[in-house]
Amino acid sequence: MKNELNISFPSKLINVQTSRAILIGFLAELDLPMSVINELKTALSEAVTNAIVHGYNNDESCVVSLYFSYDDFSIKMIVEDKGVGIENIDAAKEPLFSTKFDEERAGLGFTIMEVFTDSLQIDSVLGSGTKVTMIKNYAS
Amino acid sequence: MGLSVQMAIKKNRLVIRLDGELDQSNVEELKKKVCNIIKKYSIVNLVFNFENLSFMDSTGIGFIIGRYGEIKRKGGSIVICSMNNTIKKVFNISGLKRICNVANDEVSADKILGVIA
Ligand SMILES: Nc1ncnc2c1ncn2[C@@H]1O[C@H](COP(=O)(O)OP(=O)(O)OP(=O)(O)O)[C@@H](O)[C@H]1O
Ligand SMILES: [Mg+2]
Repeated sequence: MKNELNISFPSKLINVQTSRAILIGFLAELDLPMSVINELKTALSEAVTNAIVHGYNNDESCVVSLYFSYDDFSIKMIVEDKGVGIENIDAAKEPLFSTKFDEERAGLGFTIMEVFTDSLQIDSVLGSGTKVTMIKNYAS
Repeated sequence: MGLSVQMAIKKNRLVIRLDGELDQSNVEELKKKVCNIIKKYSIVNLVFNFENLSFMDSTGIGFIIGRYGEIKRKGGSIVICSMNNTIKKVFNISGLKRICNVANDEVSADKILGVIA
């Protein structure tokens, strides 16, 4: 089995929910265990929230892009923004690191993405944006 | 989808029952509601009942840490009960264990607070 999907949406917070709903629909054919679906949902939610809150500083007039795909072995999710970019990726990935503690952020998004997937790759350029690629293997 | 919240004041605690999905799109509204009640009734202890909460990401962790910051000055405690498996995993990753008690259901949560508060 193979499938893929590309989608872009405005950087509104309501679309954090929308993106999870799209993911569930996209994965329906795979008949995955609930635990796998829930972990993917959570990892996706983290990346999309980061794109809007950090990448675009909550500016709703920008665009977040998603790419989902799967084959017989793994599921890939890519979340991309054209926002501010990350200055120090290694620091950002550290558990409990956040540049927005004052807004009640825990600094756990990347840690959760890492734990809930099998591979996390962050590509970011200051001033031009961030691309987060996550892969989860599943036994089919 | 979305999130609805039901709150009840019992003796020395505020019980917050969440239904739906908690994320960045609704956390601000939840925070406003909960903080209002905490201030208005000088709440010290909090019980979060997650029985009907189907989804929560790190936004929820930040929210709980924020409420802990509010009540710890008054010597208060937080108990979280009825977490689903994925939320429990998020909770374990977060290290929130060090500042929150966990219970299987609201009755056990009340017992914990009966003892520690
Ligand atoms: N898309 C992005 N664009 C710009 N900066 C980002 C992006 N994603 C993450 N960051 C930076 O990396 C830091 C760590 O991100 P992470 O998701 O781990 O924590 P957080 O978002 O601050 O808190 P939490 O996810 O727990 O609410 C952020 O504080 C931010 O500075
Ligand atoms: Mg985050």
